[in-house]
Amino acid sequence: MAPPLPPRHPVARSVVAVLFVGLLGGSWWLDRHPFASQVARSGTAAEALATFGFALTEVARARGVDFTHHQAHLDPLLANVEPHVAAMGAAISIADADGDGRPDLYATNSDFGHPNALWLQQPDGRFRDAAAQAGVADLNQEGEGVSMGSIWADIDNDGDEDLFVHKWGYPQLLRNERVPSGELRFTDVSSPAGLRRWMNSNGASWIDYDRDGLIDLYVAGYFPERFDLWDLKGETRIMHDSFEFADNGGHNVLWRNLGAGPDGLPRFEDVTARLQCDSTRWTLAVAAADFDGDGWLDLYLANDYGPEEFFRNVEGRRFELAGVGLSEDSKSGMSVALGDTRNAGTVDVYVTNISKNLYLFQGNNLRVNRLAEGQGFENVAREGVLVDCGWAWGSQFGDLNNDGWQDLVVLNGFISADREQDYWYDMSLVAGGAGNLFEDTRNWAPIGDRSLSGYERSRVLLSLQGRRFLDVAGAVGCLDLFDGRAVALADLRGRGALDLVVANQKGPLLVYENQVDPARDWVSFALEGTASNRSALGASVTLEWTAADAAGAKPADRTQTRVVDGGSGFCSQNERALHFGLGFGARITRAVVRWPSGHAQVLVAPGVRTRHAVREDAP
Amino acid sequence: MTGASPGATPVTAGATAPRRGLRLPNLPAKYYSVTLITLILVVGQFVGGIVGGFDIVATCLGLSLGLELLMGRLLRGAWPSLLSAYISGNSVAILTKPSGELLWPYAAGALISIASKYVLTYRNRHLWNPTNFSFSVLLLLAPGSMSLLSHQWGNGAATWVVMAVGLLVVWRAKVLPITLAYVAAFAALAWPRSLLTGREWLTELAPLTGPMYMLLIFFMLTDPRTVVRSTRGRVTVVVLIALLEALIRLLPQTDMRVLDPLLSAPAIFALAVVGPIAMVLDLKKEAAEKRARTSTVPVPA
Repeated sequence: MAPPLPPRHPVARSVVAVLFVGLLGGSWWLDRHPFASQVARSGTAAEALATFGFALTEVARARGVDFTHHQAHLDPLLANVEPHVAAMGAAISIADADGDGRPDLYATNSDFGHPNALWLQQPDGRFRDAAAQAGVADLNQEGEGVSMGSIWADIDNDGDEDLFVHKWGYPQLLRNERVPSGELRFTDVSSPAGLRRWMNSNGASWIDYDRDGLIDLYVAGYFPERFDLWDLKGETRIMHDSFEFADNGGHNVLWRNLGAGPDGLPRFEDVTARLQCDSTRWTLAVAAADFDGDGWLDLYLANDYGPEEFFRNVEGRRFELAGVGLSEDSKSGMSVALGDTRNAGTVDVYVTNISKNLYLFQGNNLRVNRLAEGQGFENVAREGVLVDCGWAWGSQFGDLNNDGWQDLVVLNGFISADREQDYWYDMSLVAGGAGNLFEDTRNWAPIGDRSLSGYERSRVLLSLQGRRFLDVAGAVGCLDLFDGRAVALADLRGRGALDLVVANQKGPLLVYENQVDPARDWVSFALEGTASNRSALGASVTLEWTAADAAGAKPADRTQTRVVDGGSGFCSQNERALHFGLGFGARITRAVVRWPSGHAQVLVAPGVRTRHAVREDAP
Repeated sequence: MTGASPGATPVTAGATAPRRGLRLPNLPAKYYSVTLITLILVVGQFVGGIVGGFDIVATCLGLSLGLELLMGRLLRGAWPSLLSAYISGNSVAILTKPSGELLWPYAAGALISIASKYVLTYRNRHLWNPTNFSFSVLLLLAPGSMSLLSHQWGNGAATWVVMAVGLLVVWRAKVLPITLAYVAAFAALAWPRSLLTGREWLTELAPLTGPMYMLLIFFMLTDPRTVVRSTRGRVTVVVLIALLEALIRLLPQTDMRVLDPLLSAPAIFALAVVGPIAMVLDLKKEAAEKRARTSTVPVPA
């Protein structure tokens, strides 16, 4: 051993000791962020309205929505991990199913015998469950699988919205029939359409990748499709083989819409291999948009246990997995939300991940789109509540207070069970080990009734002019602690305010009605494709307007882009119409619609406080 | 994660290097440690981007090396060797996983590691492995900002390459018994833990196969400046560390919720408790032995 050196400079030693203690104290102080709180204090609705320009009220029961999600019960072989494995399936999609001009809600259930619900909005704003009569309720049957999510599109361009339900099991395509009596009825056309293929899917999105006007379908596999999770035939090696680089998940599939067959029923063709857009990462979320502005819709995937993937559409001929700064940033992607966060006219991406004090900080990503600058996606989520929401799931962008900046809603919480018993340590045991250990569910400790990041509240992140976000959830009235999964936004009653619909795992469907400061302007656009798919999924509107940040303030020029949602977030789909908050004293210069057909259409000076119905004017 | 103080006598591998079989360059063992930590950094970054960015490495290394120079000159009047600080800086860069893109946990980790060597001393020897100390206190003081690398690197060959090189390094440094004793004790104690918790034995063994444990068994446990002198003593200490770690891992079977933070890094906390106690006892024993030798030396007439 080294001969000990005599201490020198006792004063210096004392100074160093004091600085050392200061280092420790400073770390403690910094951890608590005393100087930059990013969470607004709770208050009354009136205070929220005055301070933030909006307030939320949960009105599900009051509007007639009474729905509770039921979770799947799987092969007894998975009993030790079933609360974990089966903790998905609460999903929500919004579309005008009955064509009455009012948004309707479709919510999924995930246990055999428990029906899905189609809540049709009535003229008085209340909702009525018409799923059973319409034939879209009893989709969760033994041997057929259970629902994990749904997306709407007019697959045959006949003017009504059809429904696709992706499942752990056989996916179902339900065609909306035009019944002369006005009764809403759907027919299962999965088999003739060529879609009856067992998948364990937790994500799907519509994308007209070839611009032929027929909407195509991208479905993401999560668990490998060879597994029937109710009958594993003794197989327990079903899990991911890495927590950061797993690629042993299910295959993703791109189905091309071929139009109607000789029998008049829709036909789809699997073009995944030809288009080179497969992935066996554990994809949980998909969104389609023209991210690079080349006029072709691309795909953005959030993968659990692995990096995100961006498939660039090469003129409808193939997709290429583009190196855009995603491949080295491996996390647990849960959700893909699209928004123009800087009012720069770009489609940025927010991907949720997992964070838990002491154990894991994966952090959510806010990826600013710099593709037009010849770069990739830049993650600008650095710290605070934007990064660490807990175990985050569904998310969506929307201007909740009509100030002209897109805000963000993030749902959180994985398994809320016994508050006193926690599973994080048990999970960390296998998570730190070799992949072939935790690939086998037998090596996972029984979770029992323990919680895993349970009782985490939702976040409502108010954009402060695109510079940073402030969590105002508690202040504006979003206080529930359910295990949130899917969130979709819609102006449910046509009031110029975006409402929230939240699907909770093993919990109730919630409807948060939004009350916005009436002094703030807004506009929305309901698009209908002609050369493009009739639902206009994938179309974007870039709005240019002039408005002030506050009443009486000097107006400034603004630009913002929104995309018609073919499925995004986590297992959710927003209302078709695009809502723009505008701020005070707004005057719109123009709106540029970029249709999936590649056609651009300019609307000059459309009026504010109006929903504009826009029909594609392409030849 | 060695914490060799300036002036420490390096463990020289060349003096006893085997003449037959595997022949390695005749270098002091700490150079092999430096090579290994660099290998882990580079492979980890290449395979999985585990470090995150140049700014992180620059912060950790810059602060570690800078503070080492400053402290050495200021407190001991000599320019210190920087190998130890280099290893500490790299270890902080690899193992620290902060919330978001916070940089300060890296900076704090690097500064606390180096400073602890000069502040927390006994008989002019530091007691804690520097990074072990900084990780322990930061996990307790800043749980909302700081976690340790807990995931695995993937299933490729890189893990096994690092493992093989690590074993080679600890063999050259003559601390292989420490590594093997700890692994054996962990594996053995996993069995009763398995029985008590109802988990599979493989589940209890799983952490050993992760990168955090590689850094633990190749660097922290074998830090030549914070291990006791005798081989038997070293083996005893790591067995005690494994034992305390096993007890920490059994905390969920108790009602002691206040100790739950220890579950986030049981081995780190076990080393932080057992290591310094062993060092104090060893230093006391060394002093007593020195006094005894002095008293028995015949005084020349």
